[in-house]
Amino acid sequence: MSNTAVNIKGKKKEIQDRSSLVVNPAKTCQPIGAMYAALGINSCLPHSHGSQGCCSYHRMHLTRHFRDPIVASTSSFTEGASVFGGKSNLKTAAKNIFRIYDPEVIAVSTTCLSETIGDDMFSIISDIDIPEGKTIIYANTPSYIGSHITGFANMVKGMVNCLSEKKEDYVTSDINIIPGFVNPADMREIKRITKLMKVPYTLFPDTSGVVDSPMTGKYEMYPEGGVTVEELKNTGNAKATIALGSFASADGAYELEKKCDVIPYILKTPIGVQATDQYLMQLSKITGEDVPASLEIERGQVVDIMTDTHFHFHGKRVAIFGDPDIVISMTEFVLSLGMVPAYVLTGTPGKAFEKEVKSILETAGVEGKVKASADLLTLHEWIKDQPVDILIGNTYGKYIAKEEDLPLVRVGFPILDRSVHSYLPIVGYRGAIRLIEMISNALLDRQDRDTDLEDMELVM
Amino acid sequence: MSDLKIDKIIDAYPGKTMKNRKSHIIRKEKGKKQNIDANTRTIPGIISNRGCCYAGCKGVVLGPIKDVVHLVHGPIGCSYYAWGTRRNKGRSSENGKNYLNYCFSTDMQDPDIVFGGEKKLRKAIDEAVEIFEPDAITISATCPVGLIGDDINAVAAEAQEEYGIPVLAFNCEGYKGVSQSAGHHIANNELMEHVVGTKERELGKYAINILGEYNIGGDGWEISRVLEKIGYQVNAILTGDSSFGDIQASHASDLNLVQCHRSINYIAEMYETKYGIPWLKVNFIGITAIIKTLRDMAKYFDAPQLTARTEEVIAEELADIKEALDKYKSLCEGKTACLFVGGSRAHHYQVLFKDIGIDTIMAGYEFGHRDDYEGRDIIPDIKLTADDRNIPELEVEKDEKRYRLRVPADRMEKLKDEINLGNYEGLISDMEDGDIVIDDLNHYETEVLLQALKPSVFGSGVKDKYVAQKMGIFSKQLHSYDYSGPYAGFRGAINFARDISAGINSPTWSYIKPPWKYDDLALEGQLGGDSYE
Repeated sequence: MSNTAVNIKGKKKEIQDRSSLVVNPAKTCQPIGAMYAALGINSCLPHSHGSQGCCSYHRMHLTRHFRDPIVASTSSFTEGASVFGGKSNLKTAAKNIFRIYDPEVIAVSTTCLSETIGDDMFSIISDIDIPEGKTIIYANTPSYIGSHITGFANMVKGMVNCLSEKKEDYVTSDINIIPGFVNPADMREIKRITKLMKVPYTLFPDTSGVVDSPMTGKYEMYPEGGVTVEELKNTGNAKATIALGSFASADGAYELEKKCDVIPYILKTPIGVQATDQYLMQLSKITGEDVPASLEIERGQVVDIMTDTHFHFHGKRVAIFGDPDIVISMTEFVLSLGMVPAYVLTGTPGKAFEKEVKSILETAGVEGKVKASADLLTLHEWIKDQPVDILIGNTYGKYIAKEEDLPLVRVGFPILDRSVHSYLPIVGYRGAIRLIEMISNALLDRQDRDTDLEDMELVM
Repeated sequence: MSDLKIDKIIDAYPGKTMKNRKSHIIRKEKGKKQNIDANTRTIPGIISNRGCCYAGCKGVVLGPIKDVVHLVHGPIGCSYYAWGTRRNKGRSSENGKNYLNYCFSTDMQDPDIVFGGEKKLRKAIDEAVEIFEPDAITISATCPVGLIGDDINAVAAEAQEEYGIPVLAFNCEGYKGVSQSAGHHIANNELMEHVVGTKERELGKYAINILGEYNIGGDGWEISRVLEKIGYQVNAILTGDSSFGDIQASHASDLNLVQCHRSINYIAEMYETKYGIPWLKVNFIGITAIIKTLRDMAKYFDAPQLTARTEEVIAEELADIKEALDKYKSLCEGKTACLFVGGSRAHHYQVLFKDIGIDTIMAGYEFGHRDDYEGRDIIPDIKLTADDRNIPELEVEKDEKRYRLRVPADRMEKLKDEINLGNYEGLISDMEDGDIVIDDLNHYETEVLLQALKPSVFGSGVKDKYVAQKMGIFSKQLHSYDYSGPYAGFRGAINFARDISAGINSPTWSYIKPPWKYDDLALEGQLGGDSYE
């Protein structure tokens, strides 16, 4: 039984150029990214200003990825609000939310609906009676611009806009770190490494502890994790901001520079040895702290594993798709393993992505196809045209993997059909070890599967 | 069931909200005619589980039609979230076309919102036809499309003219109505107006359609297996594993079965008016329910051979599952369930739970109307609101050429007394004294009710599944079945019983409290001793 269109399968057509039809997207819309970022604030209720369906879809999708409760409220527009504006809906919503759910912060993100009718969030929120000690922050997140990564970036920018403050002539030794759209385990790992570097930091947003909360027999609407409002206010007095991943994190860092004069450093998401090295070096440069022996040991272990396993990887053609910051670093990482990133693709728009990946490939002397604003039909067509050995990307890659009989290593967002992923990091040296395990096992399982019984190998 | 007072549940609300929510919650009192508010606007700020009009139209009703390109006109998210998430299964039909795993969007961008997206939509249709060669295309509108005034109907008409295939437009912008329900209605209207009756098909004896069955986890396949074994011809399922052609030819069947009342009751009535096909409210979830359904169907057709075969199949199927059913029942007996799911499932699944010894003590719908709770008798009393009036009512007339009485009028009247022909009694009628019925259960109420009622299992959707589980209450997704299924029919009942008994009796629940939190552990000499209970 095949579930694919006959025209894709079997028939080798000329690859169609498409200008209007997107088939099997490699991105989704802004508000879900904003919702995820908002969850990284302690005691925050994300709020979706628009029709309730968006909020429901976003909660559903995040819940499936994290397998943890994801709560968020909505302005529940009907046709009336779409005509007369959503002001009274948001006012009613705020009243109900503070009374019933009692969060410290409401983080409002807009939808296509409220953006298209032109609701002015600043003025609506200014007009709301906010209880003492509580806060409403917001971000404009129309879904017809950018992607979920843009939405994440916009909500981080919203945190800075609405909360960061600078006290005159007061600079702490803290470093702000914006981790980007990564799993809570990655945020945890970034914190662990930063602590080992003896650097005082504020990580924002921080979804660890929020979307991977422990089972206690008691449901907590606001688990202990997340950056606090107080900490967010203080980001304006930090010594520097390190943005990990330019697509998800740079905007917030630049905004903080504009607003409070905090120096921004834009780095890659620390996936793989090089990107992790750069993160540590940057911390070291800013603070003067040396990289500790413990991290040097971790690094040495990764390199040891890389040399031990290089022959699994050598020359293997790989297709990588997903969110730009993750894909850029993954490209660099698989090259360091000796693989050939034949196709590198993201759904999020941005020429900067193509430029960056192309330069990474060029430096490595490897030829590969690179595309932003792309969809998975394009990737599928490329693979049909010239196959790869392995796919690295999110759950949606499974249809291509099945049809083309390829191993798929699940990395990124969303992963809807496997569990545990959000508890284990892919960043830092430890994350690199995990990725090597995942990729090499996928390749070796495949080799064993394809080998005749008499040719099976027991030992390496 | 419990001495929980409704006033206590809604204590936390501000005044106006409290008043609103109160009329959506009742405690069943036997022998009393009780009313419940439903299908009213969601209160802003209240964390509801409801979706939107688009979700009901494209996500629920249209999405499962497998050999059609379902193009969503809008920004990317709307199409993306409805991609594969309902677990509608479908086998490729004769033409080999099956687009269920695909997601098609016009991915509207900023300039399309400013200057209009009609050209992009038109071009997207060209590209879809060029690459996929579908036999039909649906276009579903999302919020901004309605706001900027893109005329998707005109674009559809033009494309239909050019390509000679049906291109259907659905004005199902998310903000319409108060929940998914509006979208079901819009989808029903369009299907009846433009698809049903557009193709002829020769049918054998006992041809039926199943309405409101979406083949989640393969439910429709299991139902069809049993029906075909008896001798029915399943002509069309709307819309699970359905091909476009099945729906086109569905007007020729002899009986419509209505599984999900809410999503498709509109069309059931229209079939009867236009083509003379009566409809029977059925339930294939639960062994008791499926047996009743099969016997009702046999009564309707009133053919000795069919009736005999029905009883033979029931006996065979029951014999096949007896051992497994007994085993699982012994693992579940005496437990309780709370259900918050769909627009019929919270009713249907009570039978299946009962079959394995579990009583349902609370039930509610996300997007039901009063008739889903109180029965169809209430329909004339339901006041139309502004939100209802925004959904056009489709008036159909007798199709003089194809209309035929399936059952003589006098027998029809008699049948109506015996079986659920053209009628539905609603969820409340089947609940026990003291049980709670609640419409549009929200996050806060879920927390309070689960804590108070402490059910053994909470049957719901993914958004509140993990809330329950954090409390130590097993939760089963009854929209999408947690990767499992089918749950319909005889064999499905066993799958369900297996999954529920596994969930309730999983050893993992006993690990929630760490051993050092047990008091007697503090006593000297207890460490490393026996297990703590």
